[in-house]
Amino acid sequence: MLIKKPSDIKPSEITPESVYKNRREFMLDGSKLLLGAAATSALPSVANAQNGDSLKARAPAAMRRSPPAAWWANKFQDIKPAPDREPFFTGESLTPYEDVTIYNNFYEFGMDKSDPATRSGEFKTDPWSVEITGEVSKPGTYHLEDILKPVDLEERIYRLRCVEAWSMVIPWIGFPLADLIRQFEPTSKAKFVEFETIIDADTMPGIRSRFAIVSWPYREGLRMDEAMNPLTFMAVGLYGSYLPSQNGAPMRLVVPWKYGFKSIKSIVKINFRETQPNTTWNDLQANEYGFYANVNPVVHHPRWRQDMERRLPQTLFSRRVIETKLFNGYGEHVAHMYDDMDLAQYY
Amino acid sequence: MRKFLKPAVFLLALVPFALLLIRALQNNLGPDPAQELSIETGEWSLRFLLITLALTPLRDFTGRSEFVRQRRMLGLFALFYATVHLLGWMTFILGFRWFAIVEELVERPYITVGFTSYLILFALGATSPKVMVRKLGKKWKRLHRLVYLASILGVVHLLWILRTDIGEAVLYGSIVFVLLGYRIARKLNTKKSVFS
Repeated sequence: MLIKKPSDIKPSEITPESVYKNRREFMLDGSKLLLGAAATSALPSVANAQNGDSLKARAPAAMRRSPPAAWWANKFQDIKPAPDREPFFTGESLTPYEDVTIYNNFYEFGMDKSDPATRSGEFKTDPWSVEITGEVSKPGTYHLEDILKPVDLEERIYRLRCVEAWSMVIPWIGFPLADLIRQFEPTSKAKFVEFETIIDADTMPGIRSRFAIVSWPYREGLRMDEAMNPLTFMAVGLYGSYLPSQNGAPMRLVVPWKYGFKSIKSIVKINFRETQPNTTWNDLQANEYGFYANVNPVVHHPRWRQDMERRLPQTLFSRRVIETKLFNGYGEHVAHMYDDMDLAQYY
Repeated sequence: MRKFLKPAVFLLALVPFALLLIRALQNNLGPDPAQELSIETGEWSLRFLLITLALTPLRDFTGRSEFVRQRRMLGLFALFYATVHLLGWMTFILGFRWFAIVEELVERPYITVGFTSYLILFALGATSPKVMVRKLGKKWKRLHRLVYLASILGVVHLLWILRTDIGEAVLYGSIVFVLLGYRIARKLNTKKSVFS
């Protein structure tokens, strides 16, 4: 079985620094327009970002969220900025905050891309607890605050490729999933990790829809080595601010070399198990959505071409239709996990 | 009054397109305008098709002939929105890569189905002028019954691309079902019908 090593990203595809700085200035201009005088408060952080001693990307001041609880504010005071090199960073131009937070698939809030943003107002993310079960020495129900205590938050700028053939570049705030998993001391029987999203019909209108054919809760899973890979990330924020509900608050998975649906949102349960778990999309349509769901331009999906993607935001005048890369361009760091596997069979 | 009806319907039918155009020019179609354009134009095409199909029953129930007089124009609007839908998909989703367009038409069943529906609408549009109606005579009527097939294929096309919430497609499908059922029932029961 031959797995192609993805060629390095061509320099031409990396946005020149001047361009993304322009974008920052553009965003800053936008916040000035929105805010007038208050925009001055956005200036220092942008200046810091350029000095390299602070985060690479901050949400426009007007759009920054207030902390869900006081401890969140403390936790967010010390965040390590993204490094300047791949794979934890990409110089490609960022998808603006406004777009990242309005264009979401989160069917618990509704089917339209804007539903998660417009219909999640009632959703509560604090207090939040996560149930840890299965093959671990320390099972139990933990407060999110306690789970986050031992981890250090950092910024990572990742590409996100949706199976629907669009993609974004997002500056996440979070920590490696491995740091979380180690806290619970998995046993040798733990071969897979299974995740579940919260079901709260009162605050999640999509769950109440009669025509939705998903059987809640949403479930996803990873093989243990995938879960422990340094790229695999648990996000609790984006653009330097707390994760909005539509993006999977308070804590969601980010697996940048897999299609977006693997990156499960608003996690309330993590189960360690010996056998491969069932996953939501795989259960719904096994021929379309595999368990692995690695981004792969040559493995066809019945509905969407996977050899190209629309890099958002697109405009009708600057259509950005780019080529999709094997493992979403992260092959160097993840391909070895699939050395013995036929990627067309295990899609 | 009557002579203003047709221009009024014409302008009304252009409103969804005008709104889309304004949003596109203002760059106000959201982060994924290609998707938004596809959804909007596809659904408007289907809606116009359903309106077209509903005109004969409306005439039967109200006894007024104004409805059927708008049929050709509204049918052409269904074709118009389907054309924008097809061109938008080719341009903004596939970036005008011909190999990709051909591959998609052949390999992806929901696209094959949608394109077949488009070809039917195109044939109906091309044979819609009065000259063609006269030329084709009886064949014209038989040909234009294909509008039901085009609608069914349109609904199937929509149903196939949806990921989970099938509410809207079910609604459109039910409308086609009722309208087609009405026509069949009328044909079977009242052979006296001189229109059709």
